[in-house]
Amino acid sequence: MAKGSVVFDIETCKGCELCIEACPQESIQLSPNINAQGYHYVVLVKDNCTGCTNCALVCPDAVITVYRERKKEKVLVATISNVTGNITVTIDDERK
Amino acid sequence: MTVSDVQLMKGNEALAEAAIRAGCQAYFGYPITPQSEILEYLADEGRKRGMVVLQAESEVASINMVYGAAGAGARAMTSSSSPGISLMQEGLSYIACAELPCLIVNVNRGGPGLGTIQPSQADYFQATKGGGHGDYRLIVLAPASVQEMADFVYEAFDLADKYRNPVLILSDGALGQMMEKVKFPDYNPADHMVPKPWATVGKPKSRERNVITSLHIEPEKMEQINIRLQEKYKVIAENETRYETVQADDAEYLIVAYGLAARIAHGAVEMARTEGIRAGLLRPITLFPYPSRPLRSLADQVAGMLVVEMNAGQMVEDVRLAVDGRVPVSFYGRMGGIIPSPEEVVHALKAMIRKEATKHEEVY
Amino acid sequence: MDTVLTEPELQQMECVYEKPDTLTDTRFHYCPGCGHSVAHRVLMEVVDELGIAERTVGVAPVGCSVFAYQYMNVDMQEAAHGRASAVATGIKRVYPDTYVFAYQGDGDLAAIGTAETIHVANRGENILVMFINNAIYGMTGGQMAPTTLLGMKTTTSPTGRTVETAGFPMKIADIVAMLPGTYFVTRQSVHTANAVRQLKKAVTKAFQYQKEKKGLCFVEVVSNCPSGWKMTPVQSNEWLVQNMLTMYPPGDIKVPK
Repeated sequence: MAKGSVVFDIETCKGCELCIEACPQESIQLSPNINAQGYHYVVLVKDNCTGCTNCALVCPDAVITVYRERKKEKVLVATISNVTGNITVTIDDERK
Repeated sequence: MTVSDVQLMKGNEALAEAAIRAGCQAYFGYPITPQSEILEYLADEGRKRGMVVLQAESEVASINMVYGAAGAGARAMTSSSSPGISLMQEGLSYIACAELPCLIVNVNRGGPGLGTIQPSQADYFQATKGGGHGDYRLIVLAPASVQEMADFVYEAFDLADKYRNPVLILSDGALGQMMEKVKFPDYNPADHMVPKPWATVGKPKSRERNVITSLHIEPEKMEQINIRLQEKYKVIAENETRYETVQADDAEYLIVAYGLAARIAHGAVEMARTEGIRAGLLRPITLFPYPSRPLRSLADQVAGMLVVEMNAGQMVEDVRLAVDGRVPVSFYGRMGGIIPSPEEVVHALKAMIRKEATKHEEVY
Repeated sequence: MDTVLTEPELQQMECVYEKPDTLTDTRFHYCPGCGHSVAHRVLMEVVDELGIAERTVGVAPVGCSVFAYQYMNVDMQEAAHGRASAVATGIKRVYPDTYVFAYQGDGDLAAIGTAETIHVANRGENILVMFINNAIYGMTGGQMAPTTLLGMKTTTSPTGRTVETAGFPMKIADIVAMLPGTYFVTRQSVHTANAVRQLKKAVTKAFQYQKEKKGLCFVEVVSNCPSGWKMTPVQSNEWLVQNMLTMYPPGDIKVPK
């Protein structure tokens, strides 16, 4: 699965293509279809999105919602005391 | 320092003191003779007593600062004189359309143009017929004494808040500068503050955002706004028309004058009476709404009306409109800052009576 | 909605960017690719992130962004042309604890409103002035602005702006920076994601300084105008880099010591 993804509000998109320019992964293209306003809207064409938010940052119309995989959080498993002091043991929480 | 009981004060200063006592929260203005004392008094006394007082960079900036403060719900005012009031016209049109309560004071000086610093009444049209662009009206109060310079400030703020409308006090250079006795009324601003749920104070989650604007691009919407304004002006006319009469009950000839001209006309009425002429005076106190109704009734009683103004003939048109041809209306005026004397007015009254006697109609 | 991932797959992710609540649902009327839209978005994102929406009052200008109050979900006032900073002064003076901003274009701020701009800076009003400089008058059809570049063609400089007729492009941010009342003066842009990030930082700082009552914060945003410049949005940003940013270089002009 890609690290990130975007969702476009295609009815609000005006096809300005600034997100296409901004995407470092070249994942975005103009669709051949048009929305109700008459603009070609943008679509994600690859599955290599990293969720960097560049597209959303340059989008004039706040069309883009960006998702990214959650950072693995550390979960405390145990605290052990021994002669050298306290040691905390954590593992990546696979459930998250 | 508290001001108590009867005092001798200059008109401009009495107005400024009244503003402080009326709970004015913000004053934005620019110096111009003959009203700079208002700004100066407030910059000193007003600030000491908690008012925001700012000398703005121009009258244009002043009226827009008033717009901002009034839109945020504060009791706000400005003052200027004729050329400065001209600069404020755009702002007044915006304020009237956005329905913001505020007080503007015009200490009328001679014009047109840069003119003179002497008093005049040549801003009557500007004050009562809009002045700025579009179909709107200001409520206009015309004081004729230093006491009224003070009293009308309280009235003005209350009227402004009651109707969400700008109110203009139309004074002149003589009233502003003259010193007379004044007594300030008991007035607790807290009792007169009205809730302003429409003001831009920061939007809590519990309500939609407030927008203060005069921009309504769709003509249907703009027409609705205009209809609402016109209906408001009708209500104001029904309820807030004010005027005073002097010896009008048995008058055969009526003088109509406001402000300083009314004081002179009052003197003329008394002089005329000693000579056996049954003269009377009607003094409009609100210039908008105009006391057309009492004039129309008096038109059935008197043989002629003489309008006396310090201009080329402005209010005389409203008198003619009010009487609608029922009675001849003559005009006497001085322009450019000259103040007529009561003797001149009596002279004009007699000339009018003579013309009447010879059935000579004056056509303007 | 168009996406390559399914709903359940999306749910496994966290949302790292979405349209803020401080923007209303009304679609922007701005031309495709217009810098105003990005500037509105950034301003409202910062207001949202700082949690100050309930205490913010904005003033909209006359120009393309005259409808700003339709998009910004905070209490707003619409000012007369050029007077936004005077209106903002009126609000801030009576409610000093609200966050007040005046949002203006190049005609509003540097032509008809020049006096108000200089004086709001000179007085050091504790407000944010956000100045969108696209070197043209968009709303009225593409006339010359005080910031129009020499040689630039507009409807009132049809053969290109010349010094003889129209004088020089005005670098108003540098002028206001000279006034001691200004605390923070910066010039930014919105043509790339990194530029947008820089602008967000600048606006965030400006609101922080407003809270600390430091004085006037002036944030210029050098922007495109695809319609006025008669280019596509992507072309206009390229032209911006080559022409606008050489005349109006981004960066901090005045920073607090």
